[in-house]
Amino acid sequence: MNAPAPSATAAREDLAGRGRKAKASSPGSRRHKGTSWGERAEIALLSGPGIIVFVTFVIFPVFTAAYYGMFKWKGFGVPTNFVGLDNYRIILTDHLFLEALGHNAFIVVMSLVMQGPIALALALLLNKKMRGRSIIRVLIFVPYVISEVIVGTGWGLMLQTGGAVDSLLKSIGLQGFVLDWLADPNIAIWTLMVIISWKYIGFAVILFLAGMQGIPDELPEAAAVDGAGYWRTQFSITLPLLGPTLRIWAFLSIIGSLQLFDLVYIIWGQYVSSTAGTSTMATYMASNGRLAGNFGFGNAVAVVIFLISLAVALLYQRFVLRRDTEGALTGGN
Amino acid sequence: MSATIAAAGQAPVKKSRELGWGSPVAYCAAVILVCATLAPVLFIIIGGFKSNSQITTDPAGWPNPWKVSNYLNVLESSGFWHQAWNSTICAVFTTIGVVVLGVMASYVIARYNFRGRSAMYSLFAAGLMFPMTVAITPLYLLIKSFGLVNTLAGVIIPQIAFALPTTVIILVPFLRAIPKEIEEAAMMDGCGRLGFFFRMVLRLSVPGLVTTGILAFVSSWNSYMLPLFVLNNSASFTLPLGVQAFAMEHSVDTAQVLAFTSLSMIPALIFFSLFERRIVGGLTGAVKG
Repeated sequence: MNAPAPSATAAREDLAGRGRKAKASSPGSRRHKGTSWGERAEIALLSGPGIIVFVTFVIFPVFTAAYYGMFKWKGFGVPTNFVGLDNYRIILTDHLFLEALGHNAFIVVMSLVMQGPIALALALLLNKKMRGRSIIRVLIFVPYVISEVIVGTGWGLMLQTGGAVDSLLKSIGLQGFVLDWLADPNIAIWTLMVIISWKYIGFAVILFLAGMQGIPDELPEAAAVDGAGYWRTQFSITLPLLGPTLRIWAFLSIIGSLQLFDLVYIIWGQYVSSTAGTSTMATYMASNGRLAGNFGFGNAVAVVIFLISLAVALLYQRFVLRRDTEGALTGGN
Repeated sequence: MSATIAAAGQAPVKKSRELGWGSPVAYCAAVILVCATLAPVLFIIIGGFKSNSQITTDPAGWPNPWKVSNYLNVLESSGFWHQAWNSTICAVFTTIGVVVLGVMASYVIARYNFRGRSAMYSLFAAGLMFPMTVAITPLYLLIKSFGLVNTLAGVIIPQIAFALPTTVIILVPFLRAIPKEIEEAAMMDGCGRLGFFFRMVLRLSVPGLVTTGILAFVSSWNSYMLPLFVLNNSASFTLPLGVQAFAMEHSVDTAQVLAFTSLSMIPALIFFSLFERRIVGGLTGAVKG
């Protein structure tokens, strides 16, 4: 896999170049005259099934949620008890939801603050040529591949009172640091942050590494010729050129944090998460919607989560990612 | 990746210089990193070899003696195998569905020129904005109205739908990269666009299909939220639900829970270690694409 990858990229670039040239030289080629009926049939045949499945199960539910969200409805039969925006009023004034929203905001910010610098340092470290680098890269990615259920179960058992972490701390003489990791509302969310970082940092490292390898060797070499040291090179060349990768990672991280469900739900369960101070909008939705049988309400929560995520995503794209699409940094090479 | 290879080929001097700089520090950091990454995983696996009394008295210690019976009990239980079978069915059919529907739609986007092509691409790309978490409540109702609650199909079909955006985003540039000359040659030999698809494209795009297939397989194997909503009957449980149910049922038998948990992560780990480069390549490709 190591060998064919570069050749494939090279071929792709070569092709893209040729394709552009071909298009430019023959704008009136067959493809541009319009689409024949045969071609239309092929297009429908090939893309139809995918589009139908995708629209039915991904796009459509979000719109039905907006509809169901305006009813008080237990999920049986046709919803009739129209309550308008009442569900939304309840959600937005429910202190449990507002707390969950606060936790989500905390997780969004802390994920960026905790994972970003550490992942960057690790990527810089692993970007140096050293023995055993490839095996470390595999190992660091292991938590990302293990399912949330296993991560949650394992960490839950490790951190329970009198569990492995407590006993480890005692055995090295740090009794004072034995805490109620999972239930103390002041500590639990930090515990959650550690678990999240452990689980997802490998993804960030792999992304950053891929970004660093996209930087042409000539640049750091030229910097070295000009007398720049290692750190100077990293700060003046690697980091700025890594900008697009960092911004994409931050985007994925923010969206993931807003949607966080599995880990919290597995470790803290249905009801404990709000008393432990780790509830998220999604666990609020699950416990007050589907599991309580209030489908109208659950759908309204889904709409609120969607709108919040969408607003964040659009703002992010408008103010942060736009630089990448304008090509301020990438346009040069 | 190309940069690594180029550098390895041309500059041994540079390499030794870099290896020399701060190497002990780098290795120390690397060792700490690996320990931190692996400790929880090893805790689960090794914990499965302990007895319950040992887990209570010395939860962080080594097993003494090593006890295999926890693992054997799990392997002998029919529940584990049944759930593993359900998980396998879900993962296999999700993978097939994603790859087949994904490559067909991507082929259209990559190689046909028609109005609405970029709209089609944007439609799929927008799917990244509709994560499972948001859709799950209405999705459950939809699945219910199709009568698919408590069936594996009720998990498989939505999983296919939700995996399509990443698949399309990975495959479109891949299919675009197939040289136009090959297509022209095939056309000259009397091959239609459809014939070209079946005879050439599928074969040429195997690496891309494998990447997307593995991503779909692993995420299906690990998926939790959708099965949690759709499957209420323990006979239809997949492994993640099984792990959780088992952990609740045997909350006193921690060692057994750990054994169950570590056995259920083996397939994903094997899959991952076999195809690590492709998974990583696919993920980074998706983000860059």
